Amino acid sequence: MSLENRVAEIIIDKLGVKPEQVTAEAQFDTDLGADSIDQYELIMGFEDAFGLRIDEDEATKLTTVGKVVDYLKEKGLD
Amino acid sequence: MGKRIVVTGVGIISPIGNTASESWENAVAGRSGVRRMTIVDPEEFSSQIAGEVKDFDPLDYFDRKLAKRTDRYTQFSMIASREAYGDSGLEGNISPERLGVIIGSGIGGITTLEKEHKVALERGVRRISPFFCPMMISNIAAGRVGIDIGAKGLNFATVTACASSGHAIAIATDMIRLGRADAILAGGSEAPMTLTGVGGFCALKALSTRNDDPETASRPFDRDRDGFVIAEGGAVVMLEKLEYALKRGAHIYAEVIGSGMTCDAFHITAPSDGAEGSARAMKLAMEDAGIEPEQVDYINAHGTSTVLNDINETIAIKTALGEEKARRSMVSSTKSVTGHMLGAAGAVEAIFTSLALEKGIVPPTATLMNPDEGCDLDYVPGRAREAELTYALSNSLGFGGHNVTIALKKYTGK
Repeated sequence: MSLENRVAEIIIDKLGVKPEQVTAEAQFDTDLGADSIDQYELIMGFEDAFGLRIDEDEATKLTTVGKVVDYLKEKGLD
Repeated sequence: MGKRIVVTGVGIISPIGNTASESWENAVAGRSGVRRMTIVDPEEFSSQIAGEVKDFDPLDYFDRKLAKRTDRYTQFSMIASREAYGDSGLEGNISPERLGVIIGSGIGGITTLEKEHKVALERGVRRISPFFCPMMISNIAAGRVGIDIGAKGLNFATVTACASSGHAIAIATDMIRLGRADAILAGGSEAPMTLTGVGGFCALKALSTRNDDPETASRPFDRDRDGFVIAEGGAVVMLEKLEYALKRGAHIYAEVIGSGMTCDAFHITAPSDGAEGSARAMKLAMEDAGIEPEQVDYINAHGTSTVLNDINETIAIKTALGEEKARRSMVSSTKSVTGHMLGAAGAVEAIFTSLALEKGIVPPTATLMNPDEGCDLDYVPGRAREAELTYALSNSLGFGGHNVTIALKKYTGK
């Protein structure tokens, strides 16, 4: 499964959103209805799934689906 | 004071029904909801039976996200609240700021607590869910109901073990009397079926070990009773000012006319000698209601099926009503079929008491076969009884020595 699809799967599972909502540009708060606690949980979901630690400063910058994918690619995941 | 408070909506999800009407039907029919425990593997427990809510899928009530972010105990509160609120017809007829919520739980989100504790031990504290605290705390059911219904008035939890929802109804009545709100959803919920939840009560030797006969294991007042049966569920009533209910032509189930609240100040789990504390709660409730013992037609007992409770509650009823009047009054325990729903018990039983008054039917102590020595009142054994009722009491007693009695009256249109 592609990195994009794995990320999307986690988002769909945690936020209960529809697959078609999970576009690269989708903002977690305004487009996907995630409050701050939802976003903490999402970050933990990414950490668990990809076996890495995302520190708080970085986490606050991951505001869209695309930014998460880019971040993970930068970390050498694909 | 002087304001009259009535019950205009009822909601129950319980081992004997997923609505109030289904639960009432089964209580009257004496059909037990106790079976072998399934939510946790009971093999290691001394008590392997429970009153579990049947055919329950949270997704029938909530979207997936909400279902995942609410503990089972909170879900039961929300379901019972929706039913009571819908039943009352208050929606659109009250300003949200005047609508309150008081929902109690003996324990709170113990399922969530255990799950995340396991995560912490196995995967480290950094893996604890950010939803852990707001899912586990014992006031979150009240908070969630507030969000769900859009009730912006006073909102809190009462936590007095098995008396929690009795206190919720007593306090809600007083809050409306005082003018702090015009209407309040009051009740409680519990979902205690976890390793520590069940294991803890087993360790206390509080639970029935009649594992080979679940349906008669909860035997209040019987000489063979051997403990209570752990159960789960939620129950909520809509309480409001009589004038409010009359103005919009609401259905009125019963009138809440008073309450009495006391503490044994004696022992953490055992009732005080002679059950002085619960007798005093009943007396205070009658005093608050302005009625005499002679007027009490029916008492829905706490009646847990433990050795100590049932004999002591019997003594308390005799003390409160006078021995001769106590013998002429009907006393029943619907825990015979529900098991003990802990923090939800008081509200379930207040609803059954309201329905008994309204319909003129006393639900039985369904499983009582051989009354114990000293348990010599009319416990309405086996079968429901038709009777013209005007006044009734509903008792709830909790670990900690908490005693609460609600006094209810049939609503006759006057």
